[in-house]
Amino acid sequence: MARVVVDVMPKPEILDPQGQAVAKALPRLGFQGVTEVRQGKRFELEVDDSVDDETLTKIAADLLANTVIEDFTVRRLDA
Amino acid sequence: MTANKADNTDTVKHAEATPETAQPYRELGLKDDEYQRIREILGRRPTDAELAMYSVMWSEHCSYKSSKVHLSYFGKTTTEQMRSKMLAGIGENAGVVDIGDGWAVTFKVESHNHPSYVEPYQGAATGVGGIVRDIMAMGARPLAVMDSLRFGPADAPDTRRVLPGVVAGVGGYGNCLGLPNIGGEVVFDSTYLGNPLVNALCVGAMRVEDLHLAHASGTGNKIILFGARTGLDGIGGVSVLASDTFSGDETTAGRKKLPSVQVGDPFMEKVLIECCLELFREGIVVGIQDLGGAGLSCATSELASAGDGGMHVNLDRVPLRAKGMTPAEILSSESQERMCAVVKPSDVDAFMRVCAKWDVTATEIGEVTETGRLVITWHDEVVVDVPPRTVAHEGPVYNRPVARPAEQDSLQQPIELPRPSTSDLRDLVLRMAGSHNLSSRGWVTDQYDRYVRGGTVLSQPSDSGMIRIDEESGRGVALSVDCNGRYCKLDPYTGAQLALAEAYRNVAVSGATPVAVTNCLNFGSPEDPGVMWQFEQAVRGLADGCVELGIPVTGGNVSFYNQTGSTAILPTPVVGVLGVIDDVRRRIPTGIGAEAGETLLLLGTTSDEFGGSEWAHVVHGSLSGLPPKVDLAHEMLLAEILRAGSRDGMVSAAHDLAEGGLAQAIVEACLIGQTGARIFLDSEQDPFVQLFSESTGRVIVAVPRTEELRFTDMLTARSMPWRKLGVVDPESKALEIQDVATFALEELANAWQGTLPALFH
Repeated sequence: MARVVVDVMPKPEILDPQGQAVAKALPRLGFQGVTEVRQGKRFELEVDDSVDDETLTKIAADLLANTVIEDFTVRRLDA
Repeated sequence: MTANKADNTDTVKHAEATPETAQPYRELGLKDDEYQRIREILGRRPTDAELAMYSVMWSEHCSYKSSKVHLSYFGKTTTEQMRSKMLAGIGENAGVVDIGDGWAVTFKVESHNHPSYVEPYQGAATGVGGIVRDIMAMGARPLAVMDSLRFGPADAPDTRRVLPGVVAGVGGYGNCLGLPNIGGEVVFDSTYLGNPLVNALCVGAMRVEDLHLAHASGTGNKIILFGARTGLDGIGGVSVLASDTFSGDETTAGRKKLPSVQVGDPFMEKVLIECCLELFREGIVVGIQDLGGAGLSCATSELASAGDGGMHVNLDRVPLRAKGMTPAEILSSESQERMCAVVKPSDVDAFMRVCAKWDVTATEIGEVTETGRLVITWHDEVVVDVPPRTVAHEGPVYNRPVARPAEQDSLQQPIELPRPSTSDLRDLVLRMAGSHNLSSRGWVTDQYDRYVRGGTVLSQPSDSGMIRIDEESGRGVALSVDCNGRYCKLDPYTGAQLALAEAYRNVAVSGATPVAVTNCLNFGSPEDPGVMWQFEQAVRGLADGCVELGIPVTGGNVSFYNQTGSTAILPTPVVGVLGVIDDVRRRIPTGIGAEAGETLLLLGTTSDEFGGSEWAHVVHGSLSGLPPKVDLAHEMLLAEILRAGSRDGMVSAAHDLAEGGLAQAIVEACLIGQTGARIFLDSEQDPFVQLFSESTGRVIVAVPRTEELRFTDMLTARSMPWRKLGVVDPESKALEIQDVATFALEELANAWQGTLPALFH
């Protein structure tokens, strides 16, 4: 068994309204100095050793991320 | 691009010095002769930024280069009489109609087909956003949206990807924006697989004196860009996505592969709406334009050429979202939720105050000049210096070859299809009611907010969507969008008139008076002479039909290249009709059972017409013959009778007969009204023909028994063919078709409502 983390982020050139909303809220709450916020999502998968990297990439590309507008990274955490 | 780095910009001076530099005009969608013409206009090679501007503005999507010669037929055929209620027409952001009581209504439908195939959610969402901004640019408050959607077969795997995304996108954007979705269409056909159609309509209203047109007049007036920041989204979208047959080719601009779809922000758009309305109220807007396809290229060149002819823009001032953008990228970015206004210098401070109040970024990016040229600078160097009309209005015009397809004759030969016996009709009624195209669209429309703003009077599943415009008088408008692509394939001229007649009738059965038309003409490749023939025929049919009905086309949109490989979609000229009703309290509902004791009448004549019918499609997968005949004089009489019926309280419900014929219409009238009925057929005519023929110009009308004689006397006096169809039966909870079958309403509801949830839930 391994824990796999898939991070999904909007592509850099794609508008990220949620990240912008967070960025705008920060100064209102008194936090200064944050110039940009991008919001993505993180998936944690518990995976059998039988699942290879290729399959994990396919899982990420087909289901977890919308590759038209999002990038993803897949990494295995050490057990 | 030839030069990408900010410190190595391709300036006009540089272009003059390097006439031989090879430019990627073909990749940007320009033909050899088009590129030569740009060189002739400028007397030199264009800079990168100029090339980007010309290529997007001369694309099919923006320049209408293949359709222009045909669309002029609308202008030629519109009479002064038809124009009398029209305050703005074709060429403006959207058509505007005077509806009385000092109110003007603006409406338009636009396609967002290709982006919705690539990224269904965002493609459909930004389609809604774009059409809403068109309505804002006229000075109106957007009031409602509608969507005409077409997909591949309902059970195809790709439809399962595209449809839920599109529906969620339409709903997501519209719901967040706080606009009700009051109707539309969802149609399935195999030709739309790989090329779905997403046509979004928006309607808005304003006081007549608040109408704003897109002009940049007054030397010295300031150009203000406001709304979202400009990023790298959608670059190449217009020139490649909307103008070339889908090839999966993404090698457009110089940078790495850029996404051709945009992500919208409905909350930003909502703020932008309120901000614009306050700016209009303050009277500090000389001209305004939304930024849609082709972004700043389009807005600056169109504003400049509509005004006094000159404009100077400083691109360094444009607020950017991405780092290191080139002038060409800034000019062709399709970032959403942006507007461009022309403002008197003395009003700039007030303008900025309003924008600051709404937290909308606003930046003065230039001014109107008297040079007659659009000059754009970047880092103090001139990167664009062009006559604006050559970009916006004097693009190439093609007289493409037109040829009636060789197979049209054989297509119009009716194929004799085996018909069911009377004992099979029970099953057929249920099968048709649950078929993909006739089944309830509730699963889709239930995802849309239909009642937000509190002005919705009618929405799906009614024949038309209706909203109240004036709170005091109850004055309102009704809208319907329709098209049957199979009819259009069989005969595009008649097919377009059938779409017009259907939308006209849908508005009329709601008790409103049809007054204006918009359209969204979706076709295959204009380079195919057969497709151009379909297009020409459809335009002529629609224009001639409008003349006969006496209502003008106020605007529209053309979408070409809707094809997969060499297979074009069914010709799909979607027609939207706007109607006015003096008092929405006198609307006619679609469902029966509103009053105790109603008689059902069938208006119009039923003939044996099955060419292009839903029955032939569902049962035999067949498309042949000629579409039903269209009789617009009859449609006008029908509309007058329904209006009189609504005005004098003689009609308690009405539902028009369309695809699926009488059987489908009576099933829907019962289910929508949740009331049973007993009907009987004419013993002189084949029951199958009576139930499933798609003869047009027919309406089921429910009249209170006390009004029956008065109403039928009127029908006879006005020579409207009619027959008594039956009675509404609130007790039975069943639909009885005498001598054919009886159905419990629950059985009908299961058949009608179960289909889409089973496919997509």
